[in-house]
Amino acid sequence: MNELTSLVDWSRAQFALTAAYHWLFVPLTLGLSVIVAVMETIYYRTRDKKWLGTTKFWMTLFAINFAIGVATGIILEFEFGTNWSNYSWFVGDIFGAPLAIEGLLAFFMESTFFAVMFFGWEKVSPRFHLTSTWLTAAGASISALWILIANSWMQYPVGMEFDPAQMRNVMNDFWALVLSPVAINKIIHSVFSGWALAGVFVVGVSSWLLLKRRNVEMALRSIRVGAWVGFAGILITVFSGDGSAKVVSKVQPMKLAAMEGLYHGEQGQSIAAFGILNPAKTHDNDEPPFLFDISIPKGLSFLAEGDLNAFVPGISDIINGVKVSSEGDTLNTVPYAERIAIGKEAHKALKQYDDAKKAGDTAAMNKANMALQKNFKYFGYGYFDTPEEAIPNVPITFYAFHIMVIFGSYILLFFVIVLLCLYKKSLTKLLTDSKPVQYLAILSIPVVWICSEAGWVVAEVGRQPWVIEGLMPTRAAISDIPTTSVIITFSIFAAVFTGLLAAELNILFKFISKKSKENIDNPTI
Amino acid sequence: MITYNFLQTYWWFLISVLGAILVFLLFVQGGQTLLSMEKNDIRRSMLINAIGRKWELTFTTLVVFGGAFFASFPLFYSTSFGGAYWLWMLILIGFVLQAVSYEYRKKKGNIYGKNTYDTFLAINGILATVLLGVAVAMFFFGAEFTINKTNIIDTKSPVISSWVSTHGLEAICNRKNLLLGFTVLFLARTQALLYFKNAIDDDAIRERSSKSLIFNGGFFVLSFLGFVGLLLTSEGYESTIIDGVETFTATPYKYLHNFIDMWWAAAAFIVGVILVLYAIIRSAFSKYYTKGIWFSGIGTMLVVMSLFWIAGYNNTAYYPSLLDPDSSLSIRNSSSSEFTLTVMSCVSLIIPFVAAYIIYSWRALSKKPITVKEMEESSHKY
Repeated sequence: MNELTSLVDWSRAQFALTAAYHWLFVPLTLGLSVIVAVMETIYYRTRDKKWLGTTKFWMTLFAINFAIGVATGIILEFEFGTNWSNYSWFVGDIFGAPLAIEGLLAFFMESTFFAVMFFGWEKVSPRFHLTSTWLTAAGASISALWILIANSWMQYPVGMEFDPAQMRNVMNDFWALVLSPVAINKIIHSVFSGWALAGVFVVGVSSWLLLKRRNVEMALRSIRVGAWVGFAGILITVFSGDGSAKVVSKVQPMKLAAMEGLYHGEQGQSIAAFGILNPAKTHDNDEPPFLFDISIPKGLSFLAEGDLNAFVPGISDIINGVKVSSEGDTLNTVPYAERIAIGKEAHKALKQYDDAKKAGDTAAMNKANMALQKNFKYFGYGYFDTPEEAIPNVPITFYAFHIMVIFGSYILLFFVIVLLCLYKKSLTKLLTDSKPVQYLAILSIPVVWICSEAGWVVAEVGRQPWVIEGLMPTRAAISDIPTTSVIITFSIFAAVFTGLLAAELNILFKFISKKSKENIDNPTI
Repeated sequence: MITYNFLQTYWWFLISVLGAILVFLLFVQGGQTLLSMEKNDIRRSMLINAIGRKWELTFTTLVVFGGAFFASFPLFYSTSFGGAYWLWMLILIGFVLQAVSYEYRKKKGNIYGKNTYDTFLAINGILATVLLGVAVAMFFFGAEFTINKTNIIDTKSPVISSWVSTHGLEAICNRKNLLLGFTVLFLARTQALLYFKNAIDDDAIRERSSKSLIFNGGFFVLSFLGFVGLLLTSEGYESTIIDGVETFTATPYKYLHNFIDMWWAAAAFIVGVILVLYAIIRSAFSKYYTKGIWFSGIGTMLVVMSLFWIAGYNNTAYYPSLLDPDSSLSIRNSSSSEFTLTVMSCVSLIIPFVAAYIIYSWRALSKKPITVKEMEESSHKY
């Protein structure tokens, strides 16, 4: 069991490492591609060379970032096979489809028109070039869409049934996958958070130019586009985040409870705006959950249900199967101990089915299949021995969620201030002359990245121990490989990605610094 | 009538098309191993820019090939990737290094210097071609794995596919697999030389490419002949389905029989070989002949497709298990469900549109071959 646990942990670490690195670059690609496309559109309409220079400046930064995003992305797709081979079989019939569609619909579009974007300035017409730039941006977003559909399905598996003869799940409703409420919220939330991130990046880099008093006009021009795209992005991100919370409360209540460090819920449940968790707290003791917290009364009820007096279950409630209706009645859901027992019955039935199939006993197969279908809802719980195994890591989920919310709120405020400064003449001086404001804008760049990464930590750590919610625990999804092999590849990836990230950042800094000394408004083809 | 059998056959055909396009596009990797043939900076830059404008297509095709395999034959994805761990990881690491190298190699502040990134390109050029060849060779010469789906309910060790403890290293060390690996490497180099002749307007490069074709093309032809000889004399696994249970029997000369049974596969193979040979011979002996890449490209694709067809069609195990024949994979026992294949088949209708815009963009960017002047004047180059 220790060997298995170790293998699972290292496989998770490798996947987390790859995903975390990948997500450093993807949101910038998503947002910056749109910003560059807007800039080129303005150039196309005005034929003002200044906009051409601005477009090319940001396009080069886009390319530097794009390359490393591609590098980390390829590993992610294949890691489903290399490190999670059981998963690939158990749900490959469903999960593989969005990945393949992503490649076919989006990745080809992105890579084909990316080449035109960079090498086509003198080879294709301005209209075709502009179309290529927009198609690159569209390709990036469509790519994200299909990946997020796949990820959402892991959080909320729908549109499928279990085929005992094949010992796997099979798709039976494609549109249920595509249009699942989790997917819709997640797509909007993730893609537009990329706009916000890229907006902060553009404003931050432009502020550095203003700080150095280089290419001032170009910097202000860039801030105008970046701030509007970023503001639109953060607004939509906030609204879709609210939608996500409501969906999570319905389909992943344990994750929501972990996000809030909530053990015993109540009607009119408050939300911890800030808090320090009590490390001694477990689901079955009477310790207070927080050492210190600042709460907003009834906040969580409103966030989760849109009703100030709704009941929100905590971790202990969910484990014990307690739920309260909006009328205040106590409703019992299935306690985790019972789910585990039902899950084990499902496993037993599947084994009986398999034995009967090998023996050619159709009657026994039918009987076993009936028992399996009856108990299949809790199939995944059959891998556990105790309810505690089904609780995610509360501190990581809680702190990541609160970092995301606090930093996200700051980003919203940031864009409001930047736009006010841009359009209220008396305040524009703050952008061009105030060093504290310029430094604040520059320092906002790491803030938005931390916020973005924290969002994924909430999504992925909060759903543990499941790789597919309720159906397959992470530990049942692995490949049969030695832990040492995974440790070695983890180390290689950590070294390679870190080395490449260092190169990327250095190239970005050098490029911005070098270009800032030239007249960006007067580009050469 | 669209049956489950038809869908499985159709998807194996699409896999063969994607595999064929991927092998053709490996000319990018082949070119990466040839950069040292030019010492002159500007000419080297022309070589890099010629292949650098296409690297993403190869990369994307690999990703789509993987995704399509995952969606259509998930048991292969699960068994091969999770089993031959080191083989696939080495391939992937090569591609990671490639992805940044074009963009970063000449950028100021790239930390490691231009030569490091050029070395990365060479590493990818060798690893991708040789190891993808090894991976494909296992379709014919087999791999050491077993499958037991019942393990899914073993809570202590729930893994269904098991591979020998060397996890792919044994496949890399296998002489038969390596023969195909080196065949692919020299095919990629040959195609790169043909591509350079087509994409670069420079007499010195065209002359050098023609000369180099004699060695690389010759080595390719010899290794290819060796591989074909091995293949046609190898045994394969014949699949039989009785009462819904598929079993496999080792059958001598299985792939030769498949060519005989499927005359159209044999015809594609022969036409493909002739086209590749024509391209090599004509290009090697004519400095000004630049169209060889198209003949060779079509020929390569026909040969690769025909190889996939004899691997997967005619009741053949396309992934034979050397440890337990009945664990072998066929297009019947490893495919996705009928529903998923139907959905994916609808999606596949978009392929002609994708191909159309790729061809259109390729032509738009490559209408005029790369010249020294362009390299000197362009601000967008690798």
